[in-house]
Amino acid sequence: MTVADGLVAGLGAVAVGAATLVVTTRHLVRAGLWLVVALGALAGVYLVLGAELVAWVQVLIYVGAVVVLLLFAVMLTRAPIGPSDDLDRRRWPALLIGGGAGVALVALFVDAYRWSTVELSGTAAGAEGIGAQLFGAWVLPFEVISVLLLAALVGAIVVSRPDVGESP
Amino acid sequence: MIHAVIPYVVAALLFGLGMYGVLVRRNAVLLLMAVELMLNAVNLVLITADTTVKAALPHGGQVFALFVIVLAAAEIGVGLAIVLQFYRLRGSVATDDVPLDGGTP
Repeated sequence: MTVADGLVAGLGAVAVGAATLVVTTRHLVRAGLWLVVALGALAGVYLVLGAELVAWVQVLIYVGAVVVLLLFAVMLTRAPIGPSDDLDRRRWPALLIGGGAGVALVALFVDAYRWSTVELSGTAAGAEGIGAQLFGAWVLPFEVISVLLLAALVGAIVVSRPDVGESP
Repeated sequence: MIHAVIPYVVAALLFGLGMYGVLVRRNAVLLLMAVELMLNAVNLVLITADTTVKAALPHGGQVFALFVIVLAAAEIGVGLAIVLQFYRLRGSVATDDVPLDGGTP
């Protein structure tokens, strides 16, 4: 166990605990706030693993934008402030499938990477290295993704027009 | 030095939790939150693979993680537009109320 091991394990435990609360809490607003904790802890894990740019993009886009959008949706759908009892379906089928997927993936990863260790020094890349890769080898997918963002923007505007769905 | 298995196990647990949330939640907004958890688990696998695997192109995993973040932002925008439009039409965000046969309930 090194310092990086301890940091990743601690932040990962925070992320998993907060994610457990996201999928089990009975308060709609608190689910969104626990999501902030989970995503922030994941940004910390990225920092420890040497992915600085992705960590800050995670903080900006996920914690800054996506969670705010989700909380706006919670408010716009007039969600109750207190605890709600009708948020969940029957638990055991979901527990069976979700738990099965989680345990299977854990078994797979533990079997594949059991005692392998990696040196972290020298793997860290600042924005410069990522930018060189992004605008060098990956420039075509980058441009295609900008078209996809435009399509999603237009689609969201068309879907949320108030006259959609009215009887002609 | 780091044991590569720790972030991989965290990602696997997050994916399992997200899948449980997608299946168990009835509220469409909470369902989207669980989808975000699954996407973040995939991102963690990509970042960890970027640090632990020596690839021909350096930092491909981080570039892919950035792409996944952009895709998740597009997904959440369109998804919330659909959820809000459904709420406007039916006055509910429960996924049980969505008619799957194309008819009007």
